[in-house]
Amino acid sequence: MTTAGVAPHAGSVLAYDIPWVDFVIPLVVKMLVIALLVPLSALVLGYLFLKLLAHMQSRLGPMEAGGFHGWAQLIADGLKFMQKEDVIPEAADKPAFAMAPAFVLVSVVLVMITIPFGPSLNVIDIDAQVFMALAVASIGTIGVLLAGWSSANKYSLMGGFRAAGQLMAYELPLLLSIVAVVMMAQTMNMQGIISAQGGFELFGTIPIPYVVPQFVAFAVFIVAAQAELSQAPFDMPFAESELVSGYATEYTGFRYLFFFIAEFASNFTMAAIGAVLFLGGWWLPWVPDGVLEVIGPFVLVAKILFLVFVFLWMRSTYPRLREDQLQRFAWKWLIPISLVNIGITGVLKVVW
Amino acid sequence: MSDYYENYLTIFLFVLVGLGLFGAMIGVARLLQPRRQTAAKLATYECGVEAEGDWWTQQHVRYYVFALLFVVFDIEAAFIFPWATVMGSIADAWAVLVEMFVFIGILVVALAYVMRKGLLRWM
Repeated sequence: MTTAGVAPHAGSVLAYDIPWVDFVIPLVVKMLVIALLVPLSALVLGYLFLKLLAHMQSRLGPMEAGGFHGWAQLIADGLKFMQKEDVIPEAADKPAFAMAPAFVLVSVVLVMITIPFGPSLNVIDIDAQVFMALAVASIGTIGVLLAGWSSANKYSLMGGFRAAGQLMAYELPLLLSIVAVVMMAQTMNMQGIISAQGGFELFGTIPIPYVVPQFVAFAVFIVAAQAELSQAPFDMPFAESELVSGYATEYTGFRYLFFFIAEFASNFTMAAIGAVLFLGGWWLPWVPDGVLEVIGPFVLVAKILFLVFVFLWMRSTYPRLREDQLQRFAWKWLIPISLVNIGITGVLKVVW
Repeated sequence: MSDYYENYLTIFLFVLVGLGLFGAMIGVARLLQPRRQTAAKLATYECGVEAEGDWWTQQHVRYYVFALLFVVFDIEAAFIFPWATVMGSIADAWAVLVEMFVFIGILVVALAYVMRKGLLRWM
């Protein structure tokens, strides 16, 4: 975007003419794309979740809806949820209860706009982009706590507390593992981090993404992201078998569905952040920029789907951690490891 | 209007996009759903039996301890990020590194103290 829209006599506000072509029209297109991408990514990832988990557990998963391997299952589910009555319990704090899913959804939308999809395909391009992605991602925690608190239900309150405790504990290793990447790239701008990875070469010839030099940070990131997404083995806040879905107990109909849309869409955004920071985003080695301009989004989506597969693989492999094990793992292992990793990265950065 | 303001205006407008998406979907659902509410339906759900006692139960103080610890380390992270961005471009690199190690070191000592006190044991 350029500043060409500013008139020569831009002294007064009235002299400002609106930059339609440079700003407004692209922005409206981006708004429509993002507004579609959030539910669409949730649909695709939700379907992948159903099918992958089913096959990993020697089941078939949905097979009927839509004909081919039950591809329309989640669309049917969505339509079903739309027809369900929206019940707000008598005891609940009604405005807070009604708005809690919106917090979660807005948080996902804001994380989604920080992701660059191609060399010149980004919604925003700011210096503190990674920082903003992490900051707005934690707005979701407020929504979850609000949902648990306003439901006026013991199980919801306990689920909300557990969720908030877990999201806080695992946000720190997530942040600290990303600090190491920022140290290597010397920028928080996501396009900058991607081009820094394009210029980072092993033995001066082989370009490698940060997953190789920062493999410790990558491992911490994957585990912490898994916990941030409240997926098994870190699904304590939901724990269907003991907490009747935790903070979402009292939710019905479409408000309930929002938590699932946000869950799968944030699965997508978290994998996208991982793909950008560690796997090089839309970048591929030895491919000229002109080609990446076209295939960039597909490369990014392929990397995202790979990370989503890793998340779901972990989800179907490990049993649920207990609350105390969960907190101990974050505070006694992940945070010290990522702090040591920052130290080593810093020393290597200065020595190099 | 510069790039800077355009970017932050965009972020603000996308907050509205999120709220709009929420409102639109709730609105459509409202047109389709039935609306027959009874006292039993509006009661608090507790596995099918009638809710026992008050929902406003006491929670363990450990959540508070973890929240405090989180605030400390979150602020630390907020300080580390700008440092990480500029650390390579400052001439006296070792001094920059040692200063941050002192900062992180103090917090690590605090974490070790908390651990030694048994506050991370969750019991």
